[in-house]
Amino acid sequence: MSDPNTHRKIRWHIIVFLAPAVLVYTAVMIYPLFNTLRLSLFTEVDQQRVYVGLQNFRTLFGDTVWSTQFWNALGNNFWFFVIHMLVQNPIGIALAAILSHPKLRFAAFYRSAIFIPTILSFVIVGFAWKLILSPIWGIAPGMLDAVGLKSLYAPWLGKEEYALTTLSLVSVWQFVGIPMMLIYAALLSIPDEILEAAEVEGITGSAAFWKIKLPLILPSIGIISILTFVANFNAFDLIYAAQGALAGPDFSTDILGTFMYRTFFGFQLQLGDPHMGSTIASAMFAIILIGVCLYLFGIQSRMRRYQF
Amino acid sequence: MNAARQNPLNTYAAHGALILYTLIALFPVFVIIINSFKTRKAIFREPLALPNADSFSLIGYETVLKQGDFFLYFQNSMIVTVGSLFLILLFGAMAAFALAEYRFKGNTLMGLYLALGIMIPIRIGTVAILEMMVQTGLVNTLWALILVYTAQGLPLAVFILSEFMRQVSDDLKNAGRIDGLSEYRIFFQLVLPLVRPAMATVAVFNMIPIWNDLWFPLILAPAEEVKTLTLGSQVFIGQFVTDWNAVLSALSLAILPVMALYVIFSRQLIRGITSGAVK
Repeated sequence: MSDPNTHRKIRWHIIVFLAPAVLVYTAVMIYPLFNTLRLSLFTEVDQQRVYVGLQNFRTLFGDTVWSTQFWNALGNNFWFFVIHMLVQNPIGIALAAILSHPKLRFAAFYRSAIFIPTILSFVIVGFAWKLILSPIWGIAPGMLDAVGLKSLYAPWLGKEEYALTTLSLVSVWQFVGIPMMLIYAALLSIPDEILEAAEVEGITGSAAFWKIKLPLILPSIGIISILTFVANFNAFDLIYAAQGALAGPDFSTDILGTFMYRTFFGFQLQLGDPHMGSTIASAMFAIILIGVCLYLFGIQSRMRRYQF
Repeated sequence: MNAARQNPLNTYAAHGALILYTLIALFPVFVIIINSFKTRKAIFREPLALPNADSFSLIGYETVLKQGDFFLYFQNSMIVTVGSLFLILLFGAMAAFALAEYRFKGNTLMGLYLALGIMIPIRIGTVAILEMMVQTGLVNTLWALILVYTAQGLPLAVFILSEFMRQVSDDLKNAGRIDGLSEYRIFFQLVLPLVRPAMATVAVFNMIPIWNDLWFPLILAPAEEVKTLTLGSQVFIGQFVTDWNAVLSALSLAILPVMALYVIFSRQLIRGITSGAVK
């Protein structure tokens, strides 16, 4: 490339290096993504694919059978996200703050142990908690009994008013390791000089955390928030593993992922409808896109980044 | 931070909080594993007791190994995970090298195009992916899964690897060029060995989500002979809901391989995250 004579020639090696990744990525990810958006504009009549414009979206938002389900799933999904933001991320930040004390012993052990739930599959997590919370087995009521709180016990996963919150907390339990690790990394990258300078000024302990460290890790908290958002609005596995495709009891744990799965793949007596499935997928795409854009243009660009 | 050392109370509080959370994190796994070694009666009578001579039983594991084809599932998961990782690393490193090494028209644009997939989940395109797999006859084959996971893993792989490849010294590559090495040999023989740590990080990041995925096996490869371990255990447990011994043993068997992977790779994983590879 430093040789000007080769400038005009096609450099085949660049194409060879790029081609496999670009081909696989385009064919299996980008093309299906746009094809799904396109399919949401069609429907099937007498086994023929017919173009219907925005009719599917009108059905999704206008037909009460569909719109009730959609808003229910979207509302549940928001609650799922809110619980993650309010419980998972603060706990993760707190654990990271404690772990990042330079003199703390066994930090590596704690870190590895707390990360373990994150590596387990949703199937394991879903069933394990289902068994533990089950009234038949009695671990949860037994443990509450031991501390005199038995009256608080309810079959949480089976009650409409608790099931979604319970599953959100199970998911929080599973994924708290990710914000913990990312914040921990951010905290470690704060140079000692800054903290020492603060100490000279008399800012130590929790004051140092709130006034010095927290502002410095805000960009990482932003990244965690958007990662949580995308992961939550794309979630499916835990609900499916614990409650099945019907997201019971009575759809109270239905989120967009399970709703899309049921619609496009079918379940029990309902036949799958790929076009309505695509319509829901397009709605999910729009929601995720809005979230990512809000983050990129609204939050990230305003955040000051500190270079050390 | 010296405050922590000066004030032992703070240190105790820190350890107390961490121990409490560690217990919360490990308790469910612990309960599942100890109960998988107990008789049905003991599971219900004293769920928190360790198995002893009286209550010890392997009946659950016998049922699982007799009824479910867990070795096949395990093998399928292995093939899918290793195959996808190999393609992600090979294709990802090649593309990352092209983007990091050469200046050509559309370089930045290509980088942005490949980075799109970091934020957009591939699941959104599932309907069309399934349709495509049906048309190409790949549905219910392990290839369908390998291709999907490769496409899913490539964006982040290219992003991380190209960051690392920019740091490889130009002198080394130019020395290779003067010696008459082709661009391919410069990539495979000079650059690849130098970015091995970054490749390991990418592999570890991708390994666990691929191994644990339920969505794509459920949709693209639900047939018995291509079931992955995650889907296989999900189906098995669903069928044996009332056989607690079998369910607990199946869960323990499903925990085993990921735990083994975690023990082997946890240092790599934690180093990868804390070195800021995902920032």
